[in-house]
Amino acid sequence: MNRAEQALRELHEMDVLAAGSSPVHALCPAAKFFTTVLYIVLVVSFGKYDLAGLVPMALFPVLLFQCSGIPMGTCFHKLRFMLPLVLTVGLFNPFFDRAPYLMLGGLTVSGGVVSMVTLLLKGTLCLTASFLLMATTRIDALCAALRKLHVPGRFLTLLLLTYRYVGVLTEEAAVMSDAYALRAPGQRGVHHRAWGPFLGQLLLRSMDRAEELYAAMRLRGYHSHFHYALAAPCTVRDAAYLIVCAAAFLLLRFVPVSELLGGLLVR
Amino acid sequence: MHMADALLAPAVAATMYAASGVAAGWSVRQLRREDEPQQLPTMAVASALVFAGQMINYTIPGTGSSGHLCGGMLLSALLGPQAGFLSMIAVLTIQCLFFADGGLMALGANIWNMAFYGCFVGYYLLWRPILRSKRNISMPRKIIAASLLGCVLTLQLGAFSVVLETTLSGITELPFGAFLALMQPIHLAIGLVEGAVTAAVLVFVYRSRPELLRDVDAADGTGTRSVRATLIILATLVVFVGGGLSLLASSNPDGLEWSLFGNEEAGYSANMGLDEDDYGVASNAAETAAAVQEATAILPDYAFAGSDSPAGTTVSGLVGSVMVAALAALICLVGRTLREKKAAKHSA
Repeated sequence: MNRAEQALRELHEMDVLAAGSSPVHALCPAAKFFTTVLYIVLVVSFGKYDLAGLVPMALFPVLLFQCSGIPMGTCFHKLRFMLPLVLTVGLFNPFFDRAPYLMLGGLTVSGGVVSMVTLLLKGTLCLTASFLLMATTRIDALCAALRKLHVPGRFLTLLLLTYRYVGVLTEEAAVMSDAYALRAPGQRGVHHRAWGPFLGQLLLRSMDRAEELYAAMRLRGYHSHFHYALAAPCTVRDAAYLIVCAAAFLLLRFVPVSELLGGLLVR
Repeated sequence: MHMADALLAPAVAATMYAASGVAAGWSVRQLRREDEPQQLPTMAVASALVFAGQMINYTIPGTGSSGHLCGGMLLSALLGPQAGFLSMIAVLTIQCLFFADGGLMALGANIWNMAFYGCFVGYYLLWRPILRSKRNISMPRKIIAASLLGCVLTLQLGAFSVVLETTLSGITELPFGAFLALMQPIHLAIGLVEGAVTAAVLVFVYRSRPELLRDVDAADGTGTRSVRATLIILATLVVFVGGGLSLLASSNPDGLEWSLFGNEEAGYSANMGLDEDDYGVASNAAETAAAVQEATAILPDYAFAGSDSPAGTTVSGLVGSVMVAALAALICLVGRTLREKKAAKHSA
């Protein structure tokens, strides 16, 4: 499977997940969006050594995974690009920050190791929260919610159209890559002599397609405004979800839950 | 070069969102003034093309590795800087939301690092001046020069911003200068490859449909030097300039070092006046760290350092974390059991 096919598979997977039905899927996209943003901001705001404080924040994605029925494996598969980058940045911390921070029996753990683990956990939690937002919300419903929040309609239409055409053009790129690979077995990637024509031809076809697309849109009555079919209003239940989540996040952020729990067992 | 949320402090992320938001708002306003409704589908298809184009690997001759397309330069050459910028935002948003490539909070920074420089700096500083230049240079050579220099410059600026944003966020212990020395040369190489791929595509478009490109004079197709010779000259120039700048940078203190230690040897001020030789292992800071180590060693049982903090830095935090993890596992177990029961009920 080439990269384009892999990307297509992932897009389809997200579409299928977002079309599911669960109490989380049924929530208003705006409420989910604000909850996710608040969660990410609070997770990132933890101190670089505050590993113990950060751990309870993991309860939110865990609960959402269980309530929505989204498989965790799909999410962790998506983290494969970002986590190595976070790790690369954090990997230097143990070398530059050697001050002892924690004693575990006879083992001294340096501040750098604690900050590296904290960074990795922060990265995982933030990406998981974003994933859960999109795995439980259709993009058109999210755009409808963002439009109500006065995000420019022109940009949202562009986002929706791009999303629609990402699938089409990626599929075309996948077919072209496969055809090229079959004609050039054992060759990794496109040869430099074909760099221009390979993508250039796809580009020219795409520009023609854009003109056809605009003509089709005009025939269906498009006049610079996009009408959203899934603009569901927020209810009391959505407001309650937002308030309860925000209160819980703030509690977990400012009350040392881990230490309080641990204090029950350790003096 | 996508940044993750974890690499940014909320204040830095908010600043980058504000900066990118202003640029996006201005772009939307400019496009509204142009009032070309057919531009929107073209922008969408071009964004989708950049996304698809980045899925294709291009073999780098003689290395066995592969490179990708630079979206910012391509989109601004096709659509103009404002439309190109908004299209790049659409690409980055889809990458962030559906592929976990970058984070929701880091999106503002990623837009700035990858879209702003590519579309605005690359277009106004290089693409337009080079392509409108009256010198007797053929158009394909101008396109190659603009693409190559544009990609290198915008990637260097993007990499510099990543280092600056991460350092300002206090995320990494890696000193600013060392981080910069790590990032800039890598992105010089990436910029050269991306520039070459982008140039190849744009030259193909110029030869097939020149009217699709901005600032291109279709009649200006003459020239004596071959495309290959131009590429070699430009690559040599970029490597020479990049390498020369690196050497220059390494012979002087970086900004952070300069502000701490000054550079009196070269006739500059002492700034904070810290002793560079004494600021390492044997400095007061190191002695303080050693004192912390001694203090932690005599604490009873297991303890985090600085356990006088009311925020709790004792081992109870660690035990509590394990308890939270156990709770999370329990939630998973209950959820799974309930789902299995529900599925069994439905099948019965």
